[in-house]
Amino acid sequence: MTNTKNILIVGAGPAGIRAAKVLVENGLHPIVVDEAPASGGQIYRQQPPGFIRSSRDRYGFESDKADFLHSSFERLLDNIDYRPNTGVWSLEKNIAFTSGPEGINRIPFENLFLCTGGVDRVLPIPGWTLPGTYTLGGAQIALKAQGCLIGEQVVFMGSGPLLYLVAYQYAKVGARVSGVFDTAKLSDALPVLPGLLSGGVTLAKGIWYQNWLRLRGITLRRGIVPIKIEGDSAISGFLYRNSRGREKYQKCDSLAFSWGVKPECQLAELAGCKMVFDDMARQWLPETDEDCRSDIKGIYLAGDGASVMGADAAEFRGELAALTMLADSDSDQSSDNSRRSYLKQRLKRLAHFREALEHALPYPKGLMASLPNNTLICRCEGVTAGDIRLGQALRPQEINRAKAYTRVGMGRCQGRMCGIAAAEILADEKGVSLEEVGRLRGQAPIKPLNIGIAGAAAQDDPGRAASI
Amino acid sequence: MSIVETEIAIIGGGIVGLSTALHVARRGVPVVVLEKRQPGAAASGVNFGGVRRNGRSLEELPLAARALEIWKSLPVLVGNDCEYQETGHLKVARNEDDMEAMAAHANEQAAYDCGVEMISRNALRAKYPWFGDVAYGAAWCPTDGQANPRLLGPAFAEAARQAGAHVYEDQAVVSIEKDGETLLLQTEHGLELRASQVVNAAGAWAGLLAGLLREPVELWPMMPQMAVTEPVPYFIEPALGVVGGDVYLRQIPRGNIIFGGRSGSADLEEGFGHAISEETLCTLERVAMVIPDMANINVIRLWSGVEGCTTDHLPVISPSQTTPGVFHAFGFSGHGFCLGPGTGAVLSEILLDGETQTDIAAFDIGRFS
Repeated sequence: MTNTKNILIVGAGPAGIRAAKVLVENGLHPIVVDEAPASGGQIYRQQPPGFIRSSRDRYGFESDKADFLHSSFERLLDNIDYRPNTGVWSLEKNIAFTSGPEGINRIPFENLFLCTGGVDRVLPIPGWTLPGTYTLGGAQIALKAQGCLIGEQVVFMGSGPLLYLVAYQYAKVGARVSGVFDTAKLSDALPVLPGLLSGGVTLAKGIWYQNWLRLRGITLRRGIVPIKIEGDSAISGFLYRNSRGREKYQKCDSLAFSWGVKPECQLAELAGCKMVFDDMARQWLPETDEDCRSDIKGIYLAGDGASVMGADAAEFRGELAALTMLADSDSDQSSDNSRRSYLKQRLKRLAHFREALEHALPYPKGLMASLPNNTLICRCEGVTAGDIRLGQALRPQEINRAKAYTRVGMGRCQGRMCGIAAAEILADEKGVSLEEVGRLRGQAPIKPLNIGIAGAAAQDDPGRAASI
Repeated sequence: MSIVETEIAIIGGGIVGLSTALHVARRGVPVVVLEKRQPGAAASGVNFGGVRRNGRSLEELPLAARALEIWKSLPVLVGNDCEYQETGHLKVARNEDDMEAMAAHANEQAAYDCGVEMISRNALRAKYPWFGDVAYGAAWCPTDGQANPRLLGPAFAEAARQAGAHVYEDQAVVSIEKDGETLLLQTEHGLELRASQVVNAAGAWAGLLAGLLREPVELWPMMPQMAVTEPVPYFIEPALGVVGGDVYLRQIPRGNIIFGGRSGSADLEEGFGHAISEETLCTLERVAMVIPDMANINVIRLWSGVEGCTTDHLPVISPSQTTPGVFHAFGFSGHGFCLGPGTGAVLSEILLDGETQTDIAAFDIGRFS
């Protein structure tokens, strides 16, 4: 099996699997690199060997899709070079540097599919680093992958499609859900009702989860403003302002929160893809055309790593990206134009729904501006909201300068978690738009790199190496 | 189009330009800095952060001594210590030849009062048990130190502004002309500036300006690349460098280890340096030979920057030979962080008094003509 056309797919979630499937069906043998031990991505993450919860229990309404993707990928294994537990830490001049069980590898590529997925969009609030606090995605993975709950009295907070879904999944396995606290108001949804209705089944499922929770007497609150996660050495409760502006307290021993998902686009940035500010996402995203091409020849972007549209869109975009690559390559593969048109049509509808969803479940724009100064923003480096505001004394023009002065975003996560919040705080403090404060420039390694393992792969003149 | 009039115009808002501006402004003379990006954003802000005389060439030692006085007075001068610490510096030998060469250099340095001592292999390993077998001995300079480059440029810029200097950002100079008795500068964004004296402190880009004045200096871009680890318990107090420059490193008290060794790449147009992954792997291999315990920790970020390097690795600090009123201060060849604060003091004396007590004879631009 040779990797003709040197195709590398990064990520074995819905987008990566679909892309690989199309390529194999067309006689190609891509390399598929994935950080996880098994395929499926975060959304269809598999349980470890020996765990026996049924697919229906783990994936609910989505179990058919999950089963289909997992079995599709199984069937590809003879025709792809699959490298699980392996991450790409740098991209340079058409070479991907990976780190995995076999140490460091260099993978030259001509065609690259970045299907890197998303991560919870977290905005810090006071107390968010107390033990017992998780992201909604994290809480879901604990349950989905290993049948674990994050606590015994769980509060779910934030907004986005995961909020009611995860609460439902927890309640369904018997967890005590102490309440679901949504920062979105019902009135946010009304103006975009037609767009929401275009979501069809997806919307219906969302409403169904809420009703299911309500029928079981679980507290559901909309239009809340989080004030603080309380506790000494662990969470004891959640303080918030209700929709009528009154301070309220909910006792709990754990809390999961986030506001939707943000793309993991560090590799696209390292590859040199053009990044553009997206008003709706309030983030910098790699530029893509409607066929999933980046602005760099041979680099295709699919799934939530390109822009967040959800798992179904990720499957469509993975397939579309692969078909586009086939059409772009000068081979004699006949590309399927009608299929591409169909996929683009479906994606257009999903984009419409996604846009409505962003309005209905809005990102809490003002939240960062009102954060108390002592709230920790950058966990790795111990930087508070006040540090970022005081960093103004040296007049940072943009977020990279604020990073230089205050260390925000300089730690292990390289700003993947705190970058958004830091940019919001800086923009507010300077009185400029989020776009104007820019984005943290991506630098390799995008995940921490072990010195011993990496050093062992050095291709140095042996004489010099010995003489040091 | 606006025209700014000033006494002294400084091209380049790095440490050299900003420290010059501060010293000039403190004497009440009108001064303007034209920075193409932001203060201290280029080599001044992304270098290793070493402040050392250990192993430094003799020609630079008087200027380094001048700089050291300023490093120690930063809290008073700019209101920020920029995390400067006198931690000492170890220059590490790998073999007997290295040791002999370093001992000979230390002898010559004795006249400059740097206090360099040679440390034998056994003494070195006894004092610093974490060294790997490659450490054969070292030269130790207790008065050397380290600081945080990210803070130095902005701190000088702020102090210079408070002293009355004007620091313009995003103003790359594109032309420099003699217009009667004054010098006329134009920036990319249409700013025009008239000054009696001009300092070319444009770092890696200074060679282009010297070219505009018809006195070309061979200036190579050098792109040292750096890495930083996750924080680990503080165990490496001195800054250190291996003879030959394969590895140099320092740890800050909060735990991160910063190290470098090889060269990255850069595009002068774009202005940013980039680490090269393949070169990084070589540095990681070597750093784990020097300090084997480091094999167990993670690197979290790589970076690089661009600096101007001359053919003899010494800076140009000199009046222009072609254009009266212009002074050059560039080509620090990787030594500008340590020397920069002193260079500003020296330059301010040359500009305002016409002379300086610090010996900078070796840095005349005439040596290249």
